[in-house]
Amino acid sequence: MRILVCVKRVPAPGARINVTADGQAIDTAHLGFTTSPHEECAVEEAVQIAEAHGGEVTVLTLGPADAEEQLRYAASVGAHNLVLVPIEDVDWDPQRTAAALAAAISGIEAAEGAFDLLLFGNESADAGGFQVGVRVAHALGRPVVNGIKGIDVGAGSVSARREIDGGFEVYEVPTPAVLGVREGINLPRYPTMKGRLASKKAEVVVVGQSAEAGGQDRVRLHRPVEQVSETVILGEGPDAAAAVVDVLEELGVLA
Amino acid sequence: MTMLVLCDHDRGALADASLEALTFGRDLAARSGVACEAVLIGSGADAAAAPLAAYGAEVVHLAAHDVLTDFGPEAWGETLTQLVASTGASIVTACGTDRGNEVLAHVAARLDEPFVANCRQVDPSGDAWPVTRVQWGGSLLEDATLTAGCRILSLAHHAVEAAPAPTPAAGTVVAFSPDLDSALARTVVTDRVVLTRGITLSTAPVVVGGGRGVGSAEAFAPLEELAGELGGVVGCSRAVTNNGWRPHSDQVGQTGTRIAPQVYIASGISGAIQHWVGAMASKHILAINTDREANIVTRADWAVIGDLHQVIPAITDEIRRRRG
Ligand SMILES: Cc1cc2nc3c(=O)[nH]c(=O)nc-3n(C[C@H](O)[C@H](O)[C@H](O)COP(=O)(O)OP(=O)(O)OC[C@H]3O[C@@H](n4cnc5c(N)ncnc54)[C@H](O)[C@@H]3O)c2cc1C
Ligand SMILES: Nc1ncnc2c1ncn2[C@@H]1O[C@H](COP(=O)(O)O)[C@@H](O)[C@H]1O
Repeated sequence: MRILVCVKRVPAPGARINVTADGQAIDTAHLGFTTSPHEECAVEEAVQIAEAHGGEVTVLTLGPADAEEQLRYAASVGAHNLVLVPIEDVDWDPQRTAAALAAAISGIEAAEGAFDLLLFGNESADAGGFQVGVRVAHALGRPVVNGIKGIDVGAGSVSARREIDGGFEVYEVPTPAVLGVREGINLPRYPTMKGRLASKKAEVVVVGQSAEAGGQDRVRLHRPVEQVSETVILGEGPDAAAAVVDVLEELGVLA
Repeated sequence: MTMLVLCDHDRGALADASLEALTFGRDLAARSGVACEAVLIGSGADAAAAPLAAYGAEVVHLAAHDVLTDFGPEAWGETLTQLVASTGASIVTACGTDRGNEVLAHVAARLDEPFVANCRQVDPSGDAWPVTRVQWGGSLLEDATLTAGCRILSLAHHAVEAAPAPTPAAGTVVAFSPDLDSALARTVVTDRVVLTRGITLSTAPVVVGGGRGVGSAEAFAPLEELAGELGGVVGCSRAVTNNGWRPHSDQVGQTGTRIAPQVYIASGISGAIQHWVGAMASKHILAINTDREANIVTRADWAVIGDLHQVIPAITDEIRRRRG
């Protein structure tokens, strides 16, 4: 199977998210970067499918040159091919992102053959547009289902599971297909030392793309207003147990 | 001029989120001078039509077709797209649930229009509408503008409370027969498995949460015991699921479950923003942490400073002692 996974480089904020003075981006001066947990799971799923059924995993990102870090991480956990669509440091809107990704995927497929499966995260960790995978699928004329927490590969089709309230739904989708994956579909592996070393040498193919801006335009980012509450310290260590149970009694959860 | 509000249902049972979408939609429709019309798709949908008039739907479009058996994102998206064409709708909205966002993304892709997901506010004035939408699962807001021929946007779930309209609308039911290619049946539900569960993380009255500070899978036993005493369930942070100590279904946060218990007892959890966003709807929070400066401690109502391995069993013992 030939599988492609789209991942996005995002900052990894800790206790709060700080915004730059111009409101255009997250202040990343003191932050590391990562890929969304959904996309990490998509990479893991692709690698597991390739291990079980044979095949290759290509990981594609549209982002700043530094997004190479996320591609190399994917290689360290088993991805074979890495592709970067470079943009300047600002986020592209979802329409523009999807158009560029679809064009990049078409280009790779024209040169190397079609992918059987395109995997996306259910939503990006930062922008959360809930649409790039669907737009790419539509542009390429392929079926797509989001929210996937289980994939079984069959002959010419995949069976995909999605959680609903109190159970799950099953979709039987012919390949080539597109799926939006959710965290929990698997437990991503950690890179081995060997994987890390190999990923340093892996080639990152750079593919230039241009695309027109869409109709959603960022004005500024800001933090929601937070209610500040005073924390009452009930005590230290096990001696605080009586005070805790007083509180639980008051809340009526002991009944 | 028309606004279409996609109303979700499960085999005829209306989703509560749809009433939020209508509450928001009828106000937006009034402010932009268009009629608010609801859309129900698929078999059994007629059973869900009755309450929609009370929530402001002038018209209820009932779409039926052989392909529209159970939920199918492509078939629903194509149906809604055809309804946009036949009604000349200038606004399309839905609640930003999994299904709502997925179907609107399909409509937007088909119409080649922008789609703004999870809005909290929309100002229908001028050519470029100012909108405020949710990023990072609710930890950050984005002010943006939306310029489009047909404006497609979803409402962030729980951003408004569903309320009936001051005066009910007509709710005239109109049948719609979309022209659907049978190929669209490739992404419809082919099977459904119902798991009967007891109290779930999202509905539990008490959640006892454990983070990296718990240290191992086995060390969750005292948390299970406390949760048992309180009729609650155990939740955890992503550090815990990443270590394989608990299943992902126990994870609270941006990429896990949103909880809203009467009390959340968060132990050995630092309270990273991605965890907090899943816990912040809790009515009350009690933190147990060795670090007085931990983010969860500063945001909690109450805190105990200390080792959870001693504090949690002591709480369980005290509850049992009082119960005699
Ligand atoms: C896009 C994205 C999405 C994410 N989604 C989620 C999500 O859905 N849910 C989630 O939880 N995280 C999520 N994360 C991860 C998140 O950023 C944090 O890494 C994670 O929540 C940390 O888990 P923790 O608090 O258990 O661990 P830590 O941050 O390591 O905190 C451990 C805490 O335990 C305390 N402690 C240690 N020993 C003891 C003891 N003996 N007794 C009492 N206290 C003790 C420490 O003082 C510390 O405060 C996400 C991250 C990203 C980038
Ligand atoms: N810049 C990007 N580069 C690569 N993939 C992306 C990018 N933006 C979004 N995606 C993919 O599209 C999914 C949905 O993104 P979104 O529509 O922003 O929620 C993400 O989980 C990624 O898999």
